[in-house]
Order: sequence, then structure tokens, then C-alpha cells
Amino acid sequence: MAESILKVKGIKKYFSTPKGMLHAVDGVDFEMEKGETLGLVGESGCGKSTIGRVILRLLEPTEGEIYFEDKNISQLNKKEMIKLRRDMQIIFQDPFSSLNPRLSVSEIIAEPLIIHNIVKKKNSELEKEVLRLMDLVGLAKRLVNAYPHELDGGRRQRIGIARALALRPKFIVADEPVSALDVSIQAQILNLLQDLQEELGLTYLFITHDLSVVKHISDNIAVMYLGKLVEKAPADELFRNSLHPYTQALLSAIPVPSIKSKRERIILKGEITSPIDPKPGCRFAARCNYAMDRCFKEDPELTEVGNNHHVACFLVEEKANN
Amino acid sequence: MLIPVIIGVTFIVYSIMFFTPGDPALIILGENAPEEQVEKLREEMGLNDPFIIQYLRFLKNALKGDFGRSYSTRKPVFNEVFSRFPATLKLSTAGLLLAVAIGIPIGIISATRQYSLLDSITMVLALLGVSMPNFWLGLMLILLFSVRLGLLPSGGDVGFASLILPAITLGTGVAAIITRMTRSSMLEVIRQDYIRTARAKGVAERRVINKHALKNALIPVVTVIGLQFGYLLGGAVLTETVFSWPGVGRLMVEAIKQKDTPVVLASVIFMSVVFSIVNLLVDILYAFLDPRIKSQYR
Amino acid sequence: MSSSVTTEKDTNLKSQAGKKRSQWGEVWRRLKKNHMAMIGLIIMIILILLAVFANQIADYEEVAIKQNTANRLQGPSRENWLGTDNFGRDIFARIIHGGRISLMVGVVAVGIAVLIGGTLGAIAGFYGGRVDNLIMRAMDIFLAIPSILLAIAIVTALGANLFNLMLAIGISSIPGYARIVRASVLTVKDQEFIEAARAIGASDFRIITKHIIPNALAPVIVQGTLGVATAILSTAGLSFIGLGVPKPRPEWGSMLSDGRTYLWEASHITTFPGLAIVITILALNLLGDGLRDALDPRLKQ
Repeated sequence: MAESILKVKGIKKYFSTPKGMLHAVDGVDFEMEKGETLGLVGESGCGKSTIGRVILRLLEPTEGEIYFEDKNISQLNKKEMIKLRRDMQIIFQDPFSSLNPRLSVSEIIAEPLIIHNIVKKKNSELEKEVLRLMDLVGLAKRLVNAYPHELDGGRRQRIGIARALALRPKFIVADEPVSALDVSIQAQILNLLQDLQEELGLTYLFITHDLSVVKHISDNIAVMYLGKLVEKAPADELFRNSLHPYTQALLSAIPVPSIKSKRERIILKGEITSPIDPKPGCRFAARCNYAMDRCFKEDPELTEVGNNHHVACFLVEEKANN
Repeated sequence: MLIPVIIGVTFIVYSIMFFTPGDPALIILGENAPEEQVEKLREEMGLNDPFIIQYLRFLKNALKGDFGRSYSTRKPVFNEVFSRFPATLKLSTAGLLLAVAIGIPIGIISATRQYSLLDSITMVLALLGVSMPNFWLGLMLILLFSVRLGLLPSGGDVGFASLILPAITLGTGVAAIITRMTRSSMLEVIRQDYIRTARAKGVAERRVINKHALKNALIPVVTVIGLQFGYLLGGAVLTETVFSWPGVGRLMVEAIKQKDTPVVLASVIFMSVVFSIVNLLVDILYAFLDPRIKSQYR
Repeated sequence: MSSSVTTEKDTNLKSQAGKKRSQWGEVWRRLKKNHMAMIGLIIMIILILLAVFANQIADYEEVAIKQNTANRLQGPSRENWLGTDNFGRDIFARIIHGGRISLMVGVVAVGIAVLIGGTLGAIAGFYGGRVDNLIMRAMDIFLAIPSILLAIAIVTALGANLFNLMLAIGISSIPGYARIVRASVLTVKDQEFIEAARAIGASDFRIITKHIIPNALAPVIVQGTLGVATAILSTAGLSFIGLGVPKPRPEWGSMLSDGRTYLWEASHITTFPGLAIVITILALNLLGDGLRDALDPRLKQ
């Protein structure tokens, strides 16, 4: 087995709002191996982006621990954290707001190099490194002095990737890196991310709301619903044999490019449970077609059902018992 | 929010005045007063106490409407200021009404005919309006209507005719600001989808403007009018000076010249309190006009 | 340190390829297309040049200050373009020397207000929470005092001179800038590039100076330009009621005030200084409005 690179334990992140505590992330555990891609899937507002930011300590967790290469990083001070930034980076969703409009392409890519003194103030060296990174992500040399607003979304996203790669990180949180892009460009960026992974041995936490995006690039997929993981399994296993009713509904929503295939769409009904001061019970129960009394009273735990397949559902648990 | 603001305002103004060079006792008794007499008065007035004690005493008395006595007339300051207030209120209200009466209709017309000749002329005039110091405008009006034409009185509060020039003087700048604000707000609203929808439905243009656009466009204008009231009160100081208008502003300017600190202090606080109350009313009105905003004051 | 590295690198990379088109360059191009704004800019340049070279155009002591009662209250003529005042002094000379004071007070007062108000607003916006609350509540209290009244109170307390005038007008406009900068910082702060900067390990100082301030600057520039106009008006207003620079130093507001007495016999004493104020304020307003349009992101493309 490959060695573990990241482990999160009981991560909780609550935000205080005028109406009460918003449980954005409510007890999430998972582990990632070096070189793998974990797809983290869920609808908007389910807390998936919050997890990414908590791992990078861009947000402070309310509770829980994060281990990076077996080192607990949830207590690091500012200085140690800055050092750690070299190993962990993030690619953002919106290629328009994630780049400072007042800086040129080269300035954006060079900034991490300058902050971390990676290139020792020798200008030609800095320039060479910026050009190397641009080449790595497929940006033409002539764009070196361009400004972000002069470029299209795909090129802007490449700048963001180059910035993240500048520090030669081991682990990257990709927060919906393609969902703001045109479909034709999405494929290009996904391919680039895959190539970079092979070349540089990167580990990705790939956050998305789109299961079809994550299907091809993930080794494992975790499905999240209102702050909790409901199912986690290797990618093929999940697509072949999804167990949680929510995952099944998500899968049924993926369009299939064939006129012959007639599938049953699972339409979810009911109100989404409020994430503000939620009552105990399965968060999905209110929309679940199979919900039982128990689902409204107790929290189901994420448990392994074999084949590295984990699921948090009483239905599955009861089936196994019978 | 009103009470902390008033306490804050009195604190700021009181401390500014407190650190004014010059001994109040000396000012009252005159430069050549004997030493013991000055010291006795200082003791009487509590001028030897620490700042914070003096301030708290001032605040306590102020709450009872006692702002001390004028150094020059020895009359209670509050009565002085308050007796002058109706004149200032009359002038400011006249100026504001004039500004609203001119600014809103012209702003609306200008917006509905964007880029027309009328619109251009309005915009140039409005720009001139905001660029003119009102005391100079006042002098020019006096020059034209009092000196050259002899139509209107040049000063004092002697009936309606004497109100006309000061009100125009004070209201012009605000009228210009309201015109510009109404126009831009109206233009913004007209571009909204729901206006296009109304037109597409075949609603008459007049009705589109009156029924759909106007109320939404006026919401930001109301806030501006509220803020302008402060400007009016401030501007009144200069306008009252130009027209010898017997209001709080002129009282204040006279007091400045005579180093009559209690009067200056009370005038500034008084006007600030009036301004705060107006803003509070505007906030309430705002919530009433815009159902999306719930009033914080209930 | 780090900034010098960036600039050196810039020049280095510039030789590489592609022309550098900064956003400020684009703002300037948009501004150039706006005729009204350019008229404002040209008038301002002329006024600044007149103020800078005032002594070369008309000697301060000889022409603007020295009294010549034999020549008093003269109308405009070839010798005295704008006539003379009640002491026989040349009004044109007094206006350009007065312009020095107006412009200086305007710029310095706005400078004070932007520096203090901007810093307070930036801190409030960046750190939020209790700090924000404290600063902004204090600003609300300041805003409750009409700014000209606050300025009057401060000058009355400190005494009327040039420095106190600048200080008073500057202090009384602090809250406005604090609000604008705070609002501007709040919008910028929520953008992802701030988070990106944090993710690459940038310090708070670097984030504020390199990422937030340059992006939050536009409204401050507009407000600052319009603020100079307001400050000049306030200066004239304070001088008009006798709280300006001490006489015989020429100042537009006090010239107006002096002219009042002679409105019947020699109205030009009042007219011309007033026109000087109007032209200056008009130019600044044109320029400020033009800058607002040029900097408005909604009008881009």
C-alpha cells in the first residue's frame, strides 16, 4: 500500500449566523494516499469547499485534527504554517476573482516564489522559473506581461494552476477547478491536471458538484450531504454499486449520451434540512424515499461494508443485518 | 443609536472646546481683572476640576437643558440657541422644499430624455449648482435682486419676501445634488428588466414611469435628502451670515468672534442633534419605502 | 525588499515579449476620451501652474499685499485685469496667490483625511468584528456633526491659521473616507485572490499593501478628487466668517467677505474671487466625475 499523505479526523466547522450556528462541516473523517485523487462530491452549500479550506487552514476548524504526512497540522503557528504552504496548495473555482486584476501574469506566478525566497533574488533565475511554469501549464511565452482581464477563462485557470505549482507542492485542493469554464475548455484543464499529476506525482482533493467530471479523474469518491460524508468508495465501485439513496439520486441525474438508454430518474422531493442548528438524525431523511422512523432520531455513522466501500445509512446497515 | 451618538457628539465637541486656549474666567471678567477675583470665579465655575468631571457635569446639566450661560450676555445659552432655532428651521426647510421641488421633477424629466438638449442643459446647470459656494451665490443674488433691481430685501427676517433669496441660496446646491441623484437613480431603474417587462406588456410610458420606476428610483434619493439636511444646517451658518438672518448659524458666528465658547458649543451640539434626529427619521422612512429593509429602530 | 524585486523583474520581463498594458493605462485611455474630464484636467493644470508660478507672475509683497489707496476700487483695466480692491491691491494677483492657499489646503486636508480615514477604514474592513464595530461607531458619531460645523469648532478652538485650517478640514472629512475605504476593502476582501494570496503564504501586510489597497483605490481616487473641491469650498466658507488665514494674506473666501461692504459701488471685488472658486470646483468636479466613469468596472468593455 502507498503511504498516507493526509488524514482528517472529526473535522467540524461551524459558522455563527444571526439565526444560530451553521454546521457547514459536521464531523468528517477520511484519509488519502500519496498520488491518489479523491473526488469530493456534493451539492452547493454542503460544506465541501469548507473542508478544502479547513485542510489548508484558510479557515480554522471548530473541532477536529488534520494530519499531513503524519504530522498534526491543526495546531501549527503562523510561521510553521507558512512553511507548510509549500507542500499544500489550492486551485480556485472562479478564474476571474481568483487572480488579482492589478498584477500581470508573471507577477502572479512569481509571487509565491518571492514570498518563499525560492529563487534567490536573481532576476534571470526568477524569470526562467516563471517561464518554466508557464510552459508546464501550457501558457504561451508571449503572455508573460498580459493582464488577467485580457485572457479567457481557460488561460486564466492555467495561471491559477501555475501559481499553485510554483511552490512544488505535494498536495493540491482543486476546488471546482472547471465548473466555471466552458465545456470544451473543461476537458483541456482536466487533462492538464491529470498530466501534471503523473509528471509531478501530485495528490488531489478534487472538489466538485459534478459527478461526471470526477468520474474519470478520481481514484476514490466521497459524497457529501449537508456537512457529512454519506458514502465513500473507489470510483468504479461507487458508480457500479452505489448504496446511499442520495448517491443513487445523484448518479441518476448524470445525462447519458444515448437515445436508447431509458433510465429511471430519481427525483428528490421534500425540503432540504436546514444546516443551522440541525436536530439529530440523518440529514438526508427529509428528502429520502426510504426514510424510516430511526432516520429522524439517530445519526447514521459512516461504516465499511467491504471493498473499501463506506456508507452512512441505516437502510444499508439493516439490510446487512438481515 | 440616537443616545450614544448624542453623548459621543457632546464629548467630541466638549473636548474640542475644553482644550481651547484662553481662560473662560478671564474672558468673562476681562483681561485686567484682579488675580483673586479670577481665581474665585474659576473655583465657582468648577474650572479647576479634572476634564472628565467637568464633562460629566456639563452632560448632566445639558440633559436638564442647561448649557451654561453666555460669556457675553450672561443669559442661559440654551434659551439663546433655542430662540434662534425657528429662524434656522424655517430657512432650512424652505431651502429643502425648494431643492426637492426643483430637483426631483427635473431629475426625472432629464432621465426620461437622456442625451436630449434639455438633459444636457440640466446637467450643466446641476454641475454649476454643486460647484458654487452658496455664500457667493447669495452675494450675487443680492447684487442682482437687491442692489441692481431693488426687488427683494437683502437681509433680515422681515416677511416672506426676505425668505426668498436665502432659500434660493441655501437650496441651489442641494437642488443640484438631488437632480443628479434622481436622474442617475432613475436611469438605473429604467434599465431594469421589470421595466422592460412592463413596457413589453404594453403599459403606457407614463404609467411605467409613475407606477413602476418612480418609487424604486426615489429610495436612494430619500437617503441623500436626509444627508443633505446636515449640509443645509452647516450651509445655514454661511447663508445666515450673508443675509443677516437671525438664526442659530449667525448666533454661532457672532459667538466665535466674541470667543463665547458656551454658545458655540451649544450651537454645534444643537445642530448635530437635530441632524441626528432627521437621519433617524430618514432611516425609518427608508424602511417604510423599501420593504426589503427591516427597520433597526423599533 | 520584495517590492524592489518585483520592479526589477518587471523591467527584465518587459524585454521578453509582449507589451505591458496595465489597468491604469486603460483608465487613462478611457479618461482621455471623456472631453468634459479633459477640460477639467486642463483647467486644473493651468490653476496649479498659476499657483506654482504666482510669484513670477505677480510679486507677492509688491502687488498682492502692498496697499495703494490712491488706486482703490478700480474696475478692470489694462493695468489691473480684474480691477483693484478697497486697498487698491490688484485682484488678479490676489486671486492667484489665494489659489496657492486654496489648493494647498485642499490637497493637504484631503491627504490627512485619506491617510487617517483610509487607514481606519482599511483596518475596520480587513479585520472586521469588534475592531470594525468600534471604529465605525466612532465614525458614525463624527458623521453626526455636520462637517463644516466640526471644522468651525476645531478652528475656533485651535485658532485661525493655515495649519489649523488644514487640520480642521482634514479631520472633519475623516469619516467619509473611512466609510468608503471600508466598503471598498470589504468587496475586495471577499474575492478569491485574497484567499489565494493567503494560500501561498503571503503575510497580512503583503495582502493589504499588494492585493487589497491597489484594488480598493479607485473609489478613493474619485472621492479624493471631489474631496479637494469640498475642502476648497470649506476653506472659503471658514475664511468668509473670519476663520481662515490671517489677513492680509489673500484667500478667496476672505476676499469675498471684504468685498461685501462694497457690493453697491464695486461688485467686481466679490464677483471675481467667487468665479475663481466656481471654476476650480467645476474643474475638480468634471475631473472627479470623469475618473469615476473611467474607473467604473461596470462600464468596462
